[in-house]
Amino acid sequence: METLNQIKDRIEAAVPSVRLAIEGRSLVVDREHLLEVARFLKNDAELAMDYVSNLCAVDWLPRKVKVKEGGQDVEKDLPGFLEVVYDFYSMAKKHGPLQLRCRTDGREGMLSLPSITPLFRGAEFQEREAFDLYGIRFKGHPDLRRILMWDGFKDFPMRKDYQQPDDHEWEPTPHDEVLQQAKKHWPAPSAAPVKPA
Amino acid sequence: MAMDESLKSELQKAGVFVTSIEQLYNWGRKNSIWPLQFGLACCAIEMIATACARYDMARFGAEVFRPSPRQADLMIVAGTVTKKMAPQVVRLFNQMPEPKYVIAMGACAISGGPFKEGYNVLKGIDRYIPVDVHIPGCPPRPEALLHALITLQKQIEQDHLTGKRKLRAYDREQKAEWLVPAYGEHDLEPPRNPEVWKPEPQVRPEAK
Repeated sequence: METLNQIKDRIEAAVPSVRLAIEGRSLVVDREHLLEVARFLKNDAELAMDYVSNLCAVDWLPRKVKVKEGGQDVEKDLPGFLEVVYDFYSMAKKHGPLQLRCRTDGREGMLSLPSITPLFRGAEFQEREAFDLYGIRFKGHPDLRRILMWDGFKDFPMRKDYQQPDDHEWEPTPHDEVLQQAKKHWPAPSAAPVKPA
Repeated sequence: MAMDESLKSELQKAGVFVTSIEQLYNWGRKNSIWPLQFGLACCAIEMIATACARYDMARFGAEVFRPSPRQADLMIVAGTVTKKMAPQVVRLFNQMPEPKYVIAMGACAISGGPFKEGYNVLKGIDRYIPVDVHIPGCPPRPEALLHALITLQKQIEQDHLTGKRKLRAYDREQKAEWLVPAYGEHDLEPPRNPEVWKPEPQVRPEAK
C-alpha cells in the first residue's frame, strides 16, 4: 500500500476542496467530504478499499494539548467533540488498514455525520451501535435506531458525561467512585447500628 | 409423618421396604429434572459441556434439556443477564409449570460479576426470581454445575407436599407469577422486585 502522504495527495487531487490532515496513523477528514473520500477509496483501482473492518466512536472531552510553536511548547485549549474512526481494508488487494477519522462539531445537540452505509453495507450495524451508545446521527443511514439498548432508553450510555441511575448496593470493599456512591447510602450515624444477620 | 430412620433401616435389612408417598414422590422428581435449554453467555458453554459425554449430566437424570418452558422444571440461568434480556428471562420462568427451580450459574447471574458497575447488566437474577442454588465462578467448572444439581436434588428430597412447610407449588395461597420488569428510561422498572429481593440492611463500616 502507498504511504499515508501519497494517499493524502491523491485524495486531494481527486476530491476538490477536501480538508485532510494526518494525525498519527490516520487521516482526518472533514464532515462534508467524508462520503466522497470513502467513495474514492472504494473505487480507486490502486487502493480498492472494499471492506470496513471496524467503525467506532470516541468521546473527546474538552482538553488542553501541548503544541510546538516557534520551538516552544504552548498549551492550547481543544474543544470537545465526538469522533468516528473507520478502518478500511482491501480484500481484493490484500492490504490495509487505512484509518480514517471524522469529527463532529462539539459534543452537544444534534450531532450528525454522513453515513457510509450506502457505500459499505457492512457499516450498517456498526453505525447503529455508534448511534445507540454515543448519539451520533448518521445522515443517509437506511435504518437508524438503537441496536443494543432498548427503544425507550434515554441518553447515550458511552458518553463520558452519562449519569448512571443510582442503583447502588452493598459491597464488601468499596473504593474510589464506588465508595463515594456507597457513602450516600450509608445510614445516618445517629441511627442504632444494625448488625448484619 | 417422620419415620424412625433406625427402624426403617432395620426393616430394610429384613427385606421390608418402608417409605412414604412424599419420599417416593420426591425421589422420582429429583432424579428426573428437566432443565430449560437456554444459555445467555459463556457459562452456557460450560453447561453444554456438563450435558455432554465427558461430564455426563445424564448420570443425575437431568439430561433432557427442553426447548420449551412448558416442559421444564429447572431454569439454569447460565450467563450475564443484561437489562434488556431480564424481562424475557422472568417471562420464561413464569411460563414454566410448578414445581420449578432456579440455578443461577456464574458470577454474572448471581451478582452481575465483572459487569456489576455497568449501565446495561442486571446485578443478579435473584432480584426478580427466587434462586435455589447460586454457583460462583467465571465460568464455573462443569463439576460445580453438577454439585449445584446434587445440592438441588438434596433440596427436592426435603420438599414437603403437605403441612405448614409445604412447597410453594402446592400452596394455592402463594403467588405463582413473578413481576416482569418493564423497560424504563435508564433502568428496569422496578429495578428489583422487593417481594423476592430482600438484601441485608446497610451498615456503616465504623458501626461494625
